[in-house]
Amino acid sequence: MSALLQVRGLSKAYPGVVANKDVDLTVQQGEIHALLGENGAGKSTLVKAIYGLVKPDAGTMALLGKPYAPPEPRAARRAGVAMVFQHFSLFDALSVAENVGLGMETPPRLRVLAAEIAQVSRAYGLPLDPAARVGDLSAGARQRVEIVRCLLQEPKLLIMDEPTSVLTPQEVEILFATLQKLAREGTSILYISHKLEEIRALCRRATILRRGRVVGTCDPRSVSTAQLAELMVGTSLKRPDREGRNRGPVVLALKDLSVPAPGRFGTALSGIRLTVEGGEIVGIGGVAGNGQDELLAALSGELPVGPRMIELEGEEIGTLGPVARRRLGLLAAPEERLGHAAAPDMSLTENAALTGWMREPILRRGFLDWKAARSFAQKVIESFDVRTPGPGTAARALSGGNLQKFVIGREVLQRPRVLVVNQPTWGVDAAAAAAIRQALIDLARGGAGVVVITQDLDEILELADRFAALNAGRLTPPVPTEGLTMERIGLMLGGAHDMDVARPDEAHQIMESYDAPA
Amino acid sequence: MIALERRPAPSAVWRWATPPLAVLLTMVAGGAMFAALGQDPLVAIRTIFWDPLFAEQFASYARPQLLVKAGPLILIAIGLAMGFRAGVWNIGAEGQYIVGAICGAAAGLALYPADTRLILPLMALAGALGGWAWAMIPALLRTRFGTNEILVSLLLVYVAEQLVAAMALGPLRNPDGGGFPGSRNLARWDSSANPELIVGTGMHWGVVAAFIAVIAAHVMFTRHLAGFQIRLMGEAPRAARFGGVRAGRLVILCFGVSGALAGLAGLFEVTGPAGQLNIDFGAGYGFTAIIVAFLGRLHPIGILLAGLLMALTYIGGELAQLTLGLPAAAIQAFQGMLLFFLLGVDVFTNYRLRLGRRRIA
Amino acid sequence: MDLSSINSLLLLASLMVASTPILLAGLGELVVERAGVLNLGVEGMMITGAVCGFAIGFETGSALWGFAAAAAAGAVLSLVFGVLTQILMSNQVATGLALTLFGLGLSSLIGQGYVGERGVNVPDVPLGPLADLPVVGPILFRHDAVVYLSLFLCLAIWLFLYRSRAGLVLRSVGESAEAAHALGTKVVRIRLAAIAFGGACAGLGGAYLSLVRVPQWTDGMTSGAGWIALALVVFSSWRPWRLLLGAYLFGGLTVLQLNLQAAGVKLPVEYLSMAPYILTILVLVIISSGRGRAALGAPAALGRSFHAAA
Repeated sequence: MSALLQVRGLSKAYPGVVANKDVDLTVQQGEIHALLGENGAGKSTLVKAIYGLVKPDAGTMALLGKPYAPPEPRAARRAGVAMVFQHFSLFDALSVAENVGLGMETPPRLRVLAAEIAQVSRAYGLPLDPAARVGDLSAGARQRVEIVRCLLQEPKLLIMDEPTSVLTPQEVEILFATLQKLAREGTSILYISHKLEEIRALCRRATILRRGRVVGTCDPRSVSTAQLAELMVGTSLKRPDREGRNRGPVVLALKDLSVPAPGRFGTALSGIRLTVEGGEIVGIGGVAGNGQDELLAALSGELPVGPRMIELEGEEIGTLGPVARRRLGLLAAPEERLGHAAAPDMSLTENAALTGWMREPILRRGFLDWKAARSFAQKVIESFDVRTPGPGTAARALSGGNLQKFVIGREVLQRPRVLVVNQPTWGVDAAAAAAIRQALIDLARGGAGVVVITQDLDEILELADRFAALNAGRLTPPVPTEGLTMERIGLMLGGAHDMDVARPDEAHQIMESYDAPA
Repeated sequence: MIALERRPAPSAVWRWATPPLAVLLTMVAGGAMFAALGQDPLVAIRTIFWDPLFAEQFASYARPQLLVKAGPLILIAIGLAMGFRAGVWNIGAEGQYIVGAICGAAAGLALYPADTRLILPLMALAGALGGWAWAMIPALLRTRFGTNEILVSLLLVYVAEQLVAAMALGPLRNPDGGGFPGSRNLARWDSSANPELIVGTGMHWGVVAAFIAVIAAHVMFTRHLAGFQIRLMGEAPRAARFGGVRAGRLVILCFGVSGALAGLAGLFEVTGPAGQLNIDFGAGYGFTAIIVAFLGRLHPIGILLAGLLMALTYIGGELAQLTLGLPAAAIQAFQGMLLFFLLGVDVFTNYRLRLGRRRIA
Repeated sequence: MDLSSINSLLLLASLMVASTPILLAGLGELVVERAGVLNLGVEGMMITGAVCGFAIGFETGSALWGFAAAAAAGAVLSLVFGVLTQILMSNQVATGLALTLFGLGLSSLIGQGYVGERGVNVPDVPLGPLADLPVVGPILFRHDAVVYLSLFLCLAIWLFLYRSRAGLVLRSVGESAEAAHALGTKVVRIRLAAIAFGGACAGLGGAYLSLVRVPQWTDGMTSGAGWIALALVVFSSWRPWRLLLGAYLFGGLTVLQLNLQAAGVKLPVEYLSMAPYILTILVLVIISSGRGRAALGAPAALGRSFHAAA
């Protein structure tokens, strides 16, 4: 094998943040190379530089020994570099074929393109209907669109940015089979992830980033998961302490909760039944776009529901809005931090008042007491170790992890009877994630019911007492997490959705290695 | 290479530095425009911005005019700013201003020639209600049917302009007017007159209302929950809904208040400075108020200052028309330019300039 | 009132003339909005186009130069909006309004010397034997070149949007600027081009008013035509052929209203003059209340600013 891509001394700084510092990276031909690091370690910046989306401040790159400095993605694509994005670069209102065509340099006519898409998707086991509208597709299918778009250009290097976060375990195994087939055919793959098990199943070489620097290169199979994690995070993190909780009576009951789809590409909820006891954490898993946002909105009161569909401590609250529900003790923290859980340009004090006025002594006869709001914000900052100059700072100036701690802290400190959170640790660094998980457990320990909606299956196993899967707006009956396997979870999540026919032969074998204990 | 870089947080300095900078840039560009019209730019700028207040021969007339012109601008702009902050675009204040004047005048004229002090307050109420009702049309259409409020409120201006013409020629025409269009003179009928309260200041009830509106809006924005929710809805609509803000109610509230204030402004204009309702009653205050609202950074105190400045350009413009023969339209273009510059330099509130180094690839 | 004085043939023939200004402006704005930009300055660009077209036509004696100048003026003015919204990231609604206010002032400034003048003649171009057909001939085939141009433009924009790669790229920018940027599309450049095109179209539409429809220059002569064009774009669900339909429907009703005025309907003129605006509002309501159908066609990124961090 010879080197396909060599990166030497690459640096990139943003105001206040050094995203990459003297990064070296070598990807061999036909290898699946892992780029490992926790959230905020600089993985995305590095691959964006390779793909021509970000101009590095310093450093050199070489592709097949020749200097390589793509000024824009088009140049990168011409040089044979393709990328599948973490946040998809797809257009909802356009068809699959149009989306694929947009990502190509010299696409053929639409009809020819459709035939090529069909052909490639057959060859690699990635079923797709070229005429389908992308907005109507599942997350897994959307990712297939991106992959097919890349494959049609016969890339030398395929970059995949956290591709499995939107897939069920079964879909992951099929993806891995596809990637290995590609590697055997000579395509190099740069595979970005923070999931150690995945990397061990798929890659033979890994470059590990921490705070923008390379802290090691290794064969992930020869190193233990604990060692990898320590390299990645810098310290070893302890698992949250779940002991010492007592179950109380049912605090939240969903009775055939059904809501029509809000908006054009929303998901309808149908017949959701669930009870949550005091002191219990219920995990709701599911692949993105299966109704998570709608479920949170239906519970928080943002989405109107039928009068008898939700009971809080025996009281029917379906027709109540967010304010009344919060006053009764049903609190929520949505997935999107900036713009949904918090107003980006407003200060932390104002963001504390955003939901705090309903339960904290901040509102007096219609007037806001900003001093009280400020001290509430200060309390959240101190109790949850939010790193910020002070409560006057704008929310958007905080890092993802810090803002998430603030948002969760704001709700937890209002002493909810039931707290519903969606993706509480998405895009958050490991230390903050551990703190948030511990806070949720402590909240349950205090007798509150907690509902954690998440796409991170490890999080469910770490936190939840019971697990239910959300699939196309329906919820499976909950099962205890005790003794639950990944495969079982995967099947509950809907298995490989519409891909059963396309499963390649080697899939099973990979699944085994993926499931193998570390 | 010059690049814009997003600031981690909006700059407080730039937030307040942009309006004066925009005024300065407008003076430069406006000066160029005046030069192109064959004027000495310095003289023109001085005539517009300095002479109305400080040149002895004009000041006695022009100074009171400052409040007369600024009153309606401020009153309307305060209401508009409420909506603009919430992302509710009422750009039809001109129509609400006109309809407020029509309703107020009609209420008063219905009682003509009764002689009681209750008539002006009654007319004010009718004027506010008229403006409110006219504003409810786009508001309810938006909340009920999701109809674009920008287009509806604006199109209603043209309807209101036709309506006032119809009124001035029809039902409200002065029966003793010898067939000329226009209503009775309301400023000369004691019961309905909105007189200058302190001689030589230009202060009339509309100006008083404007000052009250400034204070009330300031308190609301800084202290009241409604003000907080309005800001939330404008800055982060999803977060607002999450925080229990009912968008529909705020739309109604913002349109209602701005419509009522515009209606009041119209009423005080028709009973005072204008004197009568005529076919050309709408003089563009409703549109200039949009500039005032933005120039004042949608902040009540800022609007107060911006309203005075805008009034100055009106008076200065008239003066320049008289003394220099500068066309009336020039001042309108000048005001539009001011809004352009303001929106342009506003970028520095959220972004900073970075002079990029040449990078080694 | 004498309804028989309304000649239905002439009415239909003048329908196309009455519709052309809003059709042109609407087509331009449709392209702009398809690129994800909401330019509320149509009225300002139209009236600037109207005065420039009239003035240059008057000075040169050539209608062609008049229309060319109008298109250029509209484009230049729209680029002010473009630079502000796309490069300096200003609010699109506010900037569009500023454009309208500025345009109204500027046009009246330029037009001072031309009030009451007679404009340059724009000749009709009868389309050969087609023009001699009974009934259809005078309605469809005896118009000036700009009417045909507007129809051609409708076809061209449809072909561009749905049959060309460039059109696909433009639509993708209107759907998601972020995604388009990630693919390496020059979002700002494309949007600026669309904005300039929209400005040129609005300028042409305005010039058609001052050179053909009225034909003379008066202050504020567009009297809301730009706003009606904006409403038409919503009516059309961002589709060129539906825009054509909407423009002609609207033009027809305007002509009818004018004919009723001429025929001496027993209703003050003012109430008849309100009709186009009220009608537009009604249409907007019907379109938007149709269970969110209007929203179906709206470009997803419409009105949102985009800043690429590099």
